[in-house]
Amino acid sequence: MSEIIKIKKGLMIKLQGESNRTVSELNSLKYALKPTDFIGVFPKLNVKEGDKVKAGSPVFFDKYRDNIQFTSPVSGTVSEIKRGAKRVLLEIRIEADSTNDFVDFGAANPANIDGEAITEKLLQSGLWSCIRQRPYSVIADPTQSPKAIFISGFDNAPLAVDYDYVLHNKGEVFQTGLDALAKLTKGKLHLNLHANDTQTKVLLNSKNVEINLFKGKHPASLVGTQIAAIDPINKDEVVWTVNVQDVLTIGNLFLKGKYDTEKIISFGGSEVLKPHYYRAKAGVSIQDMVSNNVAKGNLRYISGNALTGTQIESTGYLGFYDNQISVIPEGDHSQFIGWIMPNLGKFSFYRSLFSWLMPKKSYRLDTNLNGGARAFVMTGQFEKVFPFDIYPMQLIKAIMSRDIDAMENLGIYEVAAEDFALIEFISTSKIDIQSVVAEGLEFLRKEMS
Amino acid sequence: MKILRDYLDKIKPNVEKGGKFHYLHSTFEAFETFLFVPRTVTKKGSHIRDSIDLKRTMFMVVVALIPALLFGMWNVGYQHNLSIGVDASLISNFFYGFWLVVPIIIVSYVVGLGTEFIFAQMRGHEVNEGYLVSGFLIPLIVPVTTPLWMVALATIFAVVIGKEVFGGTGMNILNPALLARAFLFFAYPSQMSGDKVWVAEKADAYSGATPLGELMTATDKINLPSVADAFFGFMPGSVGETSTLAILLGAVILLWTGIASWRVMFSVFIGGFAMGWVFNQFGANIYMNDVPAFYHLILGGFAFGAVFMATDPVTAAQTNTGKYIYGFLIGVMAVLIRVLNPAYPEGMMLAILLLNVFAPTIDYYIVQSNIKRRLKRVKQIAA
Repeated sequence: MSEIIKIKKGLMIKLQGESNRTVSELNSLKYALKPTDFIGVFPKLNVKEGDKVKAGSPVFFDKYRDNIQFTSPVSGTVSEIKRGAKRVLLEIRIEADSTNDFVDFGAANPANIDGEAITEKLLQSGLWSCIRQRPYSVIADPTQSPKAIFISGFDNAPLAVDYDYVLHNKGEVFQTGLDALAKLTKGKLHLNLHANDTQTKVLLNSKNVEINLFKGKHPASLVGTQIAAIDPINKDEVVWTVNVQDVLTIGNLFLKGKYDTEKIISFGGSEVLKPHYYRAKAGVSIQDMVSNNVAKGNLRYISGNALTGTQIESTGYLGFYDNQISVIPEGDHSQFIGWIMPNLGKFSFYRSLFSWLMPKKSYRLDTNLNGGARAFVMTGQFEKVFPFDIYPMQLIKAIMSRDIDAMENLGIYEVAAEDFALIEFISTSKIDIQSVVAEGLEFLRKEMS
Repeated sequence: MKILRDYLDKIKPNVEKGGKFHYLHSTFEAFETFLFVPRTVTKKGSHIRDSIDLKRTMFMVVVALIPALLFGMWNVGYQHNLSIGVDASLISNFFYGFWLVVPIIIVSYVVGLGTEFIFAQMRGHEVNEGYLVSGFLIPLIVPVTTPLWMVALATIFAVVIGKEVFGGTGMNILNPALLARAFLFFAYPSQMSGDKVWVAEKADAYSGATPLGELMTATDKINLPSVADAFFGFMPGSVGETSTLAILLGAVILLWTGIASWRVMFSVFIGGFAMGWVFNQFGANIYMNDVPAFYHLILGGFAFGAVFMATDPVTAAQTNTGKYIYGFLIGVMAVLIRVLNPAYPEGMMLAILLLNVFAPTIDYYIVQSNIKRRLKRVKQIAA
């Protein structure tokens, strides 16, 4: 085992409503695929309303890369195709039936087949979409060979799922998934674990991978941080990233020949009465979790964590890459001379408020912006939560001015929008920095293609 | 508070688009957000946000300036009574200064904010909080005898030419408050320097020059204030600049809250001391020989500039390494101007303005080294 990599920069945000380590079954009949979960995908439908689908049947594919398809997590009927403004595809809703039919992709031992066969199987089953690449943070290109594949084996974002718990007793499935991924790169398959918090043998004893140990505050668990610390991305290089729970899904595909997206998700947040884990499939409706288990009031439902997640309705669906649902209060109230008040219940990275006096306290944070949008005034703050060898403010400004050379020079290929979530959180100027970065990456991707 | 909130909500439609007084939108918004942190919720990106905002940040700087202001008010009275040979009480000294300084503060805020409001209105953007600090700084860096109309003129110049032509707070190149002072210094030199302006209504026979002013003209014997007098601030000078102790109290607040950069602050002091020490080694004239290096740090506007002016995040270098260089050069330049330039007894203002101009260049080279490092990574792999 290598030496421990310490991430010194960052910030732990403690939110109320951490989930209990107990798992409930979630037998919802409502599912949806959301093309908007996939950056850069232009969806073309394989199905129409009323069609029957099996688990693993293709539902839509990418117009520009038609071998990348997206498959149904359950067997059932396409109940509704929801479109938004300009007929943008928002949701393909599927009503599950009780037959549990699935497409048989055929079990195979990854050790006995080559990388091409593995890629083919992943593409057919729709599981290829689990593999994302940097730069641009889009679904990987199956014709490329990445210089390395990275898996973050822990999550210290607010209210995150405990992967130690999730992987309990799933050693065989996980190892099968890793074996498959290892064949997709000539470089290393990195599994990045927390030096103290990772206890489970499933992770620690994984084979066929390079295990790296990390320590430190959030964003130590973000795969972008880990890549930067282990083997930073250079221009014209590509690395791939996969979520831990998706490794299990890949493992199941090779063990059972089945597209089985079952994972453990956390349902937490200050407004959840009994926060705990659920066993659920990708794209499940959160309706059954929400009913009778949230506080009254105007609430925000987030698929993902409070820093990087997506806002959904109380009847919305779990995002494809997300492992948690967070429920926090909306902050649509104004506070009298709030900028001068001590605000003891509020959380801040800065010592201008008092939360630094209570490092152990958990907070009930709402969605108030706590101020108005302003030009960048303060400097030297972003660097404190951004563990990259990159000047964040300069990169953000280069993106804003769409200066391609400057963006490249300042390291845009190494980052994804989520890497800027903490910067956005602590920003005094209240600028939506994650969307600035996301738009910049999209602009660059289109310019470069 | 609910009554106030309800009233604001009631009149708000009038200033919104299509309302009767829509052209007052920015003004209304400024007052409304001053009274209430708005109910805006996050729409994109992180759903939760830090409780900090620019108002609180700027307010903390104002808090940090209060010790220097209070001492300055007292010192105005103390210097006046000293010049006429009256032994006045602490209270009467303070209120003598209070009544002279408060009008300057009022003029600075009313004129400055008025200009800001007009510009925000014309451009239809929000009124920025930056002037909360600039408006407080200007009264502290001028002689107490400055006529109010001059303060008003300088303020308008600073806000318009120093800030708004560049696009407002966050876009300016020069520190607005210092620019106001520079404007006065060059437009009305007789009101901004010499030995007549630093003490209010002084007796004619009393010298009233600042220690730095005396140093400038010293030929054979140097008449320095004691270390204690200089450190505590019992000497003539601009309203807020004399007491290093009061300024350091403010520095503690700024550093503790992390608002000001310790990198800039310390490197200014180090730069000033280093340059003073170099001059001590040369000892070419009486100024170089007889003024110990540390005196430069407690005389004149050095400490005030280091703590409150050089650290302005907008006009300082933005990279951490750049901040060391920027600060150090300010310290060096300030002492260099003091000792070598016969026209300017005080060099801090010009040193900071000069480095304001060079800060982007310093950053440029620091960022270039990061870029080179990134390119080198590629070459190493290729090799």
